[in-house]
Amino acid sequence: MRTFLTVFFKEILDNLRDRRTLTSALIMGPIFGPVLFAFVINMSIDRALDDAESSMELPVVGQQYAPNLMRFLESRNIDIIEGPDDPDGAADAVKTGVHDVVLVVPEAFGEQLSDTIPARVELYSDEANSQGEKEARRARNALYAYNQQLASIRLSARGINPRVLSPINVDEIDVSTPSGRSAILLGMMSYFFIFALLMGGMYLAIDTTAGERERGSLEPLLSLPVTRGQLILGKILAACVFMAASLLLSLMSFYVVLKFMPLEQLGMTPNFGLPVVALAFLLLLPFILLGASLMTLVASFTKSYKEAQTWLSAVLIAPTLPILVVSILTLRPQIEFMFVPSLSQHLILVDMVKNEPLNGLHIAISVCSTLAIGALLTWVCARLYRREGLLG
Amino acid sequence: MIKVDRIHKSFGKVHAVRGVSFEAPDGKITGLLGPNGAGKSTTLRVLYTVLKPDQGHASIDGADVVEDSLAARKNIGALPHGAGLYPHLTARENIAYYANLCALDKSEIDDRVSSIIALLEIEDFADRRTKGFSQGQRTKVALARALVHDPQNVILDEPTNGLDVMATRSLRRLILKLKDAGRCVLFSSHVMQEVAALCDDICIIANGQVAIDDSIDGIRQRTGQDDLEEAFVAAIQLVEGEA
Repeated sequence: MRTFLTVFFKEILDNLRDRRTLTSALIMGPIFGPVLFAFVINMSIDRALDDAESSMELPVVGQQYAPNLMRFLESRNIDIIEGPDDPDGAADAVKTGVHDVVLVVPEAFGEQLSDTIPARVELYSDEANSQGEKEARRARNALYAYNQQLASIRLSARGINPRVLSPINVDEIDVSTPSGRSAILLGMMSYFFIFALLMGGMYLAIDTTAGERERGSLEPLLSLPVTRGQLILGKILAACVFMAASLLLSLMSFYVVLKFMPLEQLGMTPNFGLPVVALAFLLLLPFILLGASLMTLVASFTKSYKEAQTWLSAVLIAPTLPILVVSILTLRPQIEFMFVPSLSQHLILVDMVKNEPLNGLHIAISVCSTLAIGALLTWVCARLYRREGLLG
Repeated sequence: MIKVDRIHKSFGKVHAVRGVSFEAPDGKITGLLGPNGAGKSTTLRVLYTVLKPDQGHASIDGADVVEDSLAARKNIGALPHGAGLYPHLTARENIAYYANLCALDKSEIDDRVSSIIALLEIEDFADRRTKGFSQGQRTKVALARALVHDPQNVILDEPTNGLDVMATRSLRRLILKLKDAGRCVLFSSHVMQEVAALCDDICIIANGQVAIDDSIDGIRQRTGQDDLEEAFVAAIQLVEGEA
């Protein structure tokens, strides 16, 4: 017990003095997620506001042939600007990205309209360009509305109720709650927590295996009258403490970021108060043992500090895979998923943020299976630490 | 008291140690001498229990290094070749860490660490972090660390490598002090003069085998060479001639 504690406290002290460990555990991990998150959310808010309120500019070729249409478009907050000189120029302008979308009104437009022949206009856009696609959609919608309006006027002029043109009225009702909508965007949050947690212990895991070996401090350590199991346990526990600190900081920084984000503007009110922060911390705690032992295990197979860094970067990404698969297939939480670490934590966290009732059985399975796998990996680490190959 | 009985050790296809036997008694300095790659380090690593021999036995004060390795380690102070320190800890903290791991009494640790620091004359840099220490400073701290629990058997793998004349001399004085205190000192080197200056017994190893295990005078007689360096070369040729 004393050996174990001695190793533990030495590793804590040693790593608190190591700028690289501190940066990755207490700054990189906890800050990276929230900053990226704030950036993405801000962008979505900007774009959402863009759609509704801001005016858009629409270059038009041949404005003089359709003065009424131009007035109609301007009434829909679309500013008409001078387009290229001719239709060929319009296609080029869109291709080269000078304009996202260009409307061309041919000379015959007025004549066709008065002859009740469907009057032709051309809308140039680039479907491969998402910004252009949005503007084209808006222009198209405005043109349909004008079309609709003219049709109604023509029917009315012939004594027919324009409503005969709308036999069906589709009314869409969105049942998602503001908390539910948040889950889509906040779904990536759980990965940031796992990422921060792993970052927190990464350098300790390297230092206690490949690092000790490269420095030449492993051999004298192993020649002391202590059992290797106690050494590795002390080291893994020290990594766990750094991971827990990193996780807590990450949760707190998300809490602060979400407080200052105008999420209501996106119709979201995530359930992420302090009680949820505390619950999320407890939920992710079992993952810490798994993360620490997994990283120690991987690092103990590597030959050098550099090689360990390369492999552990892969370990940082691994927990995303199950989350990604489930997100792409949009699977709902099932009991089988709760046996998969990282996925179970993700699904339960999403439910928490959605403010849905939590499934106690799911939580119990998640905690137990993650702890069991962590304990197994720790045992494997202790076994490996007894190998001669450890010395490299 | 260190006993080595016909140990073998291979790494893959390389048969590094082929039946090495010798004894290092208490109160004497035993030198393990041999050219680079002769199997000295491998033999010593078996003794401080980080490697397991493929065949044969070795014991420290009667404790087998494989069967009872924890007991064997209790009585060893080992300075492996190129031993590293923890750069973020001070020299004193490095030494105290080992004192704690060796389960010294808490109340004794500070005194014990201070006295070993005085013994090795490292007071000047004892409270500096070891990052950036010179090779000589590092070796002294590593040695202090290995001796902090006052072990009966001291195993030093090429301890004078990279040390200047002054540091080498103070290390020699320390080794002699250990001998006078009745300790068993076993150290390896590839420099004949160094071994000759200190050792009571010399075990010359070449090609993973013991060429000669005798006192300095015995080696001179058996090789028929008066000059030590010539004696060393002659002894090595004995083994390599057979191979």
